[in-house]
Amino acid sequence: MSETLHAVSVEVNGKPRSAQVPARLSLVDWLRDDLLLTGTHVGCEHGICGACSVMLDGEPVRACLMYAVQAHGHRVTTVEGLAKPDGSMSVLQDSFCEAHGLQCGYCTPGMLIAAQGLLNTNPDPTEAQIRDAIGGNLCRCTGYQQIVEAVQLAAERTAKEAK
Amino acid sequence: MTSFRYIGTKRRAKEHPRFVSGRGRFVADIALPGMKHVALVASPHAAARIVSIKTDAARAAPGVLYVLTGEEFCANTDSLAIGVDAPKVTRFALARGVVRYAGEWVAAVVADSRALAEDAAERVEVEYEPLPHVIDPEAALAPGAPLVHPAHGSNLLYHRKFVWGPVEEAFASAEHRIAFRAVWGRSATVPIETFGVAAQWDAGTGILDIWASIQMPKFPDQAARALRLPGNAVRVHYDVDVGGSYGVKRGIKHTVLVGYLAKKLGVAVRLIEDRLENLRGGDMQGPDRFFDMQVAFGADGVIRAMKIRAVDDVGAYAGRSPFQLGKPVTAICGPYAIGAIEYEPISVMTNKTPQEAVRGFGQSPTNFAIERAIDRAARHLGMDQVELRKRNFIRKDQFPYTIPSGSTYDSGDYHGVLDETLAAIDYGSLVRARDEARRSGRLAGIGISSCLEPSGGNSAFEVLMNPKNENTTWMDSCLVRVDLSGAITGVIGNSSAGQGHESLVSTVLGEILERDPETIRVVRADSLTALPSNSPVGSRMAIMLGGAAAGAAKTIKETLIAIAAHNFECSPEDLEYRDGSVNVKGAPSKEFSWDQLVEIAHRKFHKLPPGIEPGLQAKFVWEVPTGGALPTPEGRIQIYPCYAFEAHVVLVEIDPDTCKPAIRKYLCGHDCGVMINPDIVHGMTYGGIAHGLGAALYEKFAYTEDGQLASGTFMDYLIPSAMEVPAMAIVDHCTPSPLTTFGQKGSGEAGYLGAPAAIANAVNDALAPLGASIDTLPMSHLAIWNAIGARKGAAST
Ligand code: FES
Ligand code: FES
Repeated sequence: MSETLHAVSVEVNGKPRSAQVPARLSLVDWLRDDLLLTGTHVGCEHGICGACSVMLDGEPVRACLMYAVQAHGHRVTTVEGLAKPDGSMSVLQDSFCEAHGLQCGYCTPGMLIAAQGLLNTNPDPTEAQIRDAIGGNLCRCTGYQQIVEAVQLAAERTAKEAK
Repeated sequence: MTSFRYIGTKRRAKEHPRFVSGRGRFVADIALPGMKHVALVASPHAAARIVSIKTDAARAAPGVLYVLTGEEFCANTDSLAIGVDAPKVTRFALARGVVRYAGEWVAAVVADSRALAEDAAERVEVEYEPLPHVIDPEAALAPGAPLVHPAHGSNLLYHRKFVWGPVEEAFASAEHRIAFRAVWGRSATVPIETFGVAAQWDAGTGILDIWASIQMPKFPDQAARALRLPGNAVRVHYDVDVGGSYGVKRGIKHTVLVGYLAKKLGVAVRLIEDRLENLRGGDMQGPDRFFDMQVAFGADGVIRAMKIRAVDDVGAYAGRSPFQLGKPVTAICGPYAIGAIEYEPISVMTNKTPQEAVRGFGQSPTNFAIERAIDRAARHLGMDQVELRKRNFIRKDQFPYTIPSGSTYDSGDYHGVLDETLAAIDYGSLVRARDEARRSGRLAGIGISSCLEPSGGNSAFEVLMNPKNENTTWMDSCLVRVDLSGAITGVIGNSSAGQGHESLVSTVLGEILERDPETIRVVRADSLTALPSNSPVGSRMAIMLGGAAAGAAKTIKETLIAIAAHNFECSPEDLEYRDGSVNVKGAPSKEFSWDQLVEIAHRKFHKLPPGIEPGLQAKFVWEVPTGGALPTPEGRIQIYPCYAFEAHVVLVEIDPDTCKPAIRKYLCGHDCGVMINPDIVHGMTYGGIAHGLGAALYEKFAYTEDGQLASGTFMDYLIPSAMEVPAMAIVDHCTPSPLTTFGQKGSGEAGYLGAPAAIANAVNDALAPLGASIDTLPMSHLAIWNAIGARKGAAST
């Protein structure tokens, strides 16, 4: 029994990627195992922890709940795609380092995606809006406090840079 | 207090850049050439005899390389270590003959991909004959209960009654006595990364290489022993990032299984648990314990004696879990000067998933029980709970203070920390806010807890609980190298799960050597090249790895001074060390620079003093301070060396219609001595509080009557999110430890040790006006609703 393969073409972190994949292959497995973008993590494979979050056309989604074939024709951004064009850390990534918004780093890629998704549409969020935006991402290390502070810091810095 | 250059300052963690850029190296990121994948066949029964296993269909499935069952596996490997003296309670990764809990692994399928392995696992046909099972620990102790391990003869793993001091006399003469039962629900740390391991056998060298998501003392030794290999045939790589652990990432059974398969099949093999395998069969559930508490005290609120009977359900196998009843011996009276204690730990087996080490190693449940007792005693007397605590706290001038069970607390200022915490939260206005909420018809309560975090990881509970065990050595170590370019590298022998050990070691080396920690690299040896370590357990690394790094750095510094003294033909006392250079005191121009000294050490043997090794490296291996002793016949022993203190104050409101509790204010006063990196300490404390919030209100491995785990997903096992965890604040206080290099104490379990107690006390305060109370965790909405309903029911009859 060999599985039927389907063609997918996806823009991943700005680069076109094409492959033949089985229908049941999840987006996160395709990104991690085939494209070797191992920054995106797997925590539950049932849509609760958010560790697998990536952006699909700019919106955070759970890559464990999507099949790779569903991403056909879309744009995917993973944590590897968050850096500035010169490869240096984005304001948000740098703010996570500055505010100690992580410990083991396992939930971090998903947190960054969720927070960047928020900042893209709401550059000056309240604490409640930040908590709401990361409310679908579980972190067992930080108690969220310094993650919230990191997102606040990133918003402040971005506002300053824009001035 | 000594002032430091780098210690205690705000410093970014060295580890962060790789994680925020997606360049962490977790076990699931390691792709070995030709690697095969494992899926597991798990028992659907809590107890059953395995009648037959048919693997033909699975073996014939696409991409399948092998199907392993317990018959073969158990014949070719040895049992995992059993902590207490119960030699018949053997444990293997795959069941042979019988299964003892639902989810226990029965067979392992190896295939080209995880998906194909899962497909084939469904084709393994196992015929079972169900056997009677027991889920409740009290029922398991009753005569005639089904035996989890018949060869052991009973379900009792460990039982002893310790009496330290004149307990009965104190109870007989005390003016007041209370008795109640406090129940700690079965929860665990449940990291977001499940356990994973990859292994590869090199037939050419005869070495089994292992990459695993581990936090475990003696892991390589135990893996080698179970695999019947010499220790030097197993090489565990510590440069694997661990995605959270907080105690549970032991995975020794997984590792022996995968190691066996890799060696037998001659291919690289990997097992990454899925979430169900993790929650149900990963053997990572935590303490499941009830406490029968009795307290004797005077009308003045002073506690005369306490009796604690603790019954802990470890599940179907022993491992190290009974020891989680032993560590609390080291802080059995909490921060209170209680002169007489009776402690009766009882460890019981049932047909549940085995228990593993959880943050605090049994201390948080014990603190919860003690703090519920304090709260109840205050209510009994109508005394303010702050006042009662203060009347019982060990005073600042009483340290070092030896408690009845034989451990000496190093230092502390419990009155000071509690006062500062109450001042910072403005306790008066907190009380007004609670009363205001109550007047407007809401349920509101204030909870306080004050408790200890024993730190330093001296696991002397092993010798206390197992007379055949004489392990009194819990060293850690560090190797420091200065290369020819003058760059400094610290080498450590453990993996890390978010504790920031690279930041810790670079800061300490920078502090002693007066070099910028930014320029210092920290790398991880593997188990064949590493100096001995006991891994980051028991809040030990700031003390033990920090102390070892400092010790090695001091040797480097002494070597540099000796080289300069030799070349200046003077005595080391005439020299001073500044920023890595050495000059003659009072003559700054008579100086050897860092680079010059390094070059002499590496290249100019003719300029080296006699007796100094060429090259520039130093190792330091450190035994735990105050460690190394065996217990007295009454079971008195010094277990941990250092004792951090925390005081939690929390305001909880409960929605009267849904009974949903919400935290309105949370403040934690914390004294862990000198903080090496305050951001890291605060982060672990916040995380510990959030974890404690989960244990207090949400998290439970629930079992149905027929022994099935009812919380096998994150929809049933409820980890608090940013919506449940409130904004928190921490008040720092510093009472240095006299036992450690810089005055530091441990803090890896901070927050978790006091949060469940404080939240439980707050919920009870909220329920008090209704006359209701609750002493069982987790205090779920439903449990609170039932407690209120029971009270209303009682009132209406
Ligand atoms: S792995 Fe996708 S939500 Fe948990
Ligand atoms: S940083 Fe470890 S799970 Fe969030």
